[in-house]
Amino acid sequence: MAYTEEELKKELETKEYEYGFYTDIESDTLPKGLNEDIVIAISKKKNEPEWMTEWRLEAFRAWQEMEEPEWANVTYKKPNFQDISYYSAPNKKPKYNSLDEVDPELLDTFKKLGISIDEQKKLAGVAVDIVMDSVSVATTFKKTLAEKGIIFCSISEAIQEHPELVKKHLGTVVPKKDNFYAALNSAVFSDGSFCYIPKGVRCPMELSTYFRINQAGTGQFERTLVVADEGSYVSYLEGCTAPSRDENQLHAAVVELIAMDDAEIKYSTVQNWFPGDKEGKGGVFNFVTKRGLCEKNAKISWTQVETGSAVTWKYPSCVLKGDNSIGEFYSIAVTNNFQQADTGTKMIHLGKNTKSTIISKGISAGQSQNSYRGLVQVSSRADNARNFSQCDSLLMGNRCGAHTFPYIEVKNKSAQIEHEATTSKIGEDQIFYCNQRGIDTEKAIALIVNGFSKEVLNKLPMEFAVEAQKLLEISLEGSVG
Amino acid sequence: MLEIKNLHANIDDKEILKGIDLKVNAGEVHAIMGPNGSGKSTLASVIAGKEEFEVEEGSIILEGEDLEELSPEERAHKGIFLSFQYPVEIPGVSVTNFVKTAINESRKARGLEDMPANEMLKMIREKSELLEMDRKFLSRSLNEGFSGGEKKRNEIFQMAMMEPKLAILDETDSGLDIDALRIVANGVNKLRNKDNAIVVITHYQRLLEYIVPDYVHVLYNGKIVKSGTKELALELEEKGYDWLKQEATV
Ligand SMILES: Nc1ncnc2c1ncn2[C@@H]1O[C@H](COP(=O)(O)OP(=O)(O)OP(=O)(O)O)[C@@H](O)[C@H]1O
Ligand SMILES: [Mg+2]
Repeated sequence: MAYTEEELKKELETKEYEYGFYTDIESDTLPKGLNEDIVIAISKKKNEPEWMTEWRLEAFRAWQEMEEPEWANVTYKKPNFQDISYYSAPNKKPKYNSLDEVDPELLDTFKKLGISIDEQKKLAGVAVDIVMDSVSVATTFKKTLAEKGIIFCSISEAIQEHPELVKKHLGTVVPKKDNFYAALNSAVFSDGSFCYIPKGVRCPMELSTYFRINQAGTGQFERTLVVADEGSYVSYLEGCTAPSRDENQLHAAVVELIAMDDAEIKYSTVQNWFPGDKEGKGGVFNFVTKRGLCEKNAKISWTQVETGSAVTWKYPSCVLKGDNSIGEFYSIAVTNNFQQADTGTKMIHLGKNTKSTIISKGISAGQSQNSYRGLVQVSSRADNARNFSQCDSLLMGNRCGAHTFPYIEVKNKSAQIEHEATTSKIGEDQIFYCNQRGIDTEKAIALIVNGFSKEVLNKLPMEFAVEAQKLLEISLEGSVG
Repeated sequence: MLEIKNLHANIDDKEILKGIDLKVNAGEVHAIMGPNGSGKSTLASVIAGKEEFEVEEGSIILEGEDLEELSPEERAHKGIFLSFQYPVEIPGVSVTNFVKTAINESRKARGLEDMPANEMLKMIREKSELLEMDRKFLSRSLNEGFSGGEKKRNEIFQMAMMEPKLAILDETDSGLDIDALRIVANGVNKLRNKDNAIVVITHYQRLLEYIVPDYVHVLYNGKIVKSGTKELALELEEKGYDWLKQEATV
């Protein structure tokens, strides 16, 4: 394909934007602390309309009245919210000039994951030359989506370009005041993604398989809104298997999904935030609110592979409002060393004949604590609601913990709820058996863990599944010995 | 092929193997018999390198190389195969995937590339036919929900795939029905050649009618108390172990 100089320049600019290394507001970091002026300043810097500023302020006022929740099975030093800077312009300058300057341990992990040199550079923040090839791929990608009327852009761009859509849906699934972290996110969210699939359209590709790379650069308070209009379908991939090292300790994202009548959303996450070192120092606190709303005959599936963060607090949920709607949650959560994870899901059955499935696989190693917390709620008018939950825990060693907290609230007699839970340990006999067949211990553990996680791994899109599998291996390296 | 000299092994400071000498040449089949708890499985585990057992004295030499410092997987790479008395389950890992991993890990250790997929498939087909295995087993989770006999047949399928130099079959016959015993034993016989050796641990003469041993040893209380030819097995079947126990204590 022949490019004119001008075209190429333009392409490169949009490219830069997609990688998150570009912003139209050149600005310094705002001073530390949080108050109404800061919220207004954030909104101004992003050139937002007034309704958006107001929205943020309402959220902020609500947040001020709220208490940080303490019910989760995690302990950590609470962040000082006045000691955080809530806005910094996306970094346009590369952090390093060459890969030689990057932490060798990080590069080693990249190599094991089979990430290409170009991709490694982007992820580590090394200056890159954008290759012609990928520019044209991105262009075709954008073109295909545009032809179908699909909108896929940053949430900031959506606020500018599609205010009516954002205004209509933002905060309808996760209200501003939903919880402490959601309120904080609503007040100060930096950026995130927006996606709209028009009526009857099947999105022809996994959104973000290509854009995956830019996810590494998204901010501390990410906001995602996915709207699937009637009868549409989309599969959305979030995150990145490469370890994300971020100076920001606190991450509080909000993800809202809206599946209108007969629509289907598949939302897959592979998350690998820096979990802290072997002694438990450092590491990201990840407090996420993810929720999807299903209208009539709609379906939402959450699939997640979580290996990162020092502290994780995350419950992707489905509100099954419409009759015959379906919610699914497939999760693998790995904790090692001193990590703590309290994750699970909520399935709220409001409509008739609604169905939900929960498959949760927790793997704990080292001295980590891994908790599953799940709520299945059936309202009085949700006739014939059905839920199947299965929570399996795999322990490695004697110093880690697995906990299951299932909550079931049923107000309709016709409901059918099934809950199964198992806890197993990787036994020395299993390891010896593998060893005897020539498989070393590291590989044996990977094999056993993959087998344990198979039902969930199978739900991931093919390409993601392979990466997730490698990620599991790496996360558990050195955990038995 | 294999030479065991004055082998003493403990678990938790309790001596289980109390001085074992055994020499197995390439092309031979040895049978080890003996009462429950005499140390047969322990001997197999120690040869395979199970780390819970402490080797206090003596040595195990495979093709001139002392195995003392080698890990279980390194021993496997050198061609030692153990068909377990109690095979373990690995949920979610298919028989095919497990065997493929095992073969490729051993190849890697020998500096070879992964076995090409078509070659692997061909081999899986041949060996599963040899053992008259239902192909459905190959996609099931390893040993999960397998009947006792199915587990044993699956062990020998793995042996056929791995093509070991020294195979130790620990009570492979227990759990197999009469037809299965014949099929599995025939499979084992087809795998025999002048370059490999087989040690069969069994309680019953019946298996030895199919897999005919060159030597029979009786293990009692951690020691080999008698060795002989295949007629010894018949004698044991007839007389039991008591006369040997008496001989041993004298
Ligand atoms: N892990 C262990 N801890 C303690 N004792 C053990 C252990 N493994 C084996 N033993 C003991 O060692 C002895 C030999 O056991 P082993 O399994 O080798 O016997 P065996 O000859 O294979 O018996 P069987 O014919 O019943 O299979 C037994 O007394 C057994 O209780
Ligand atoms: Mg035994």
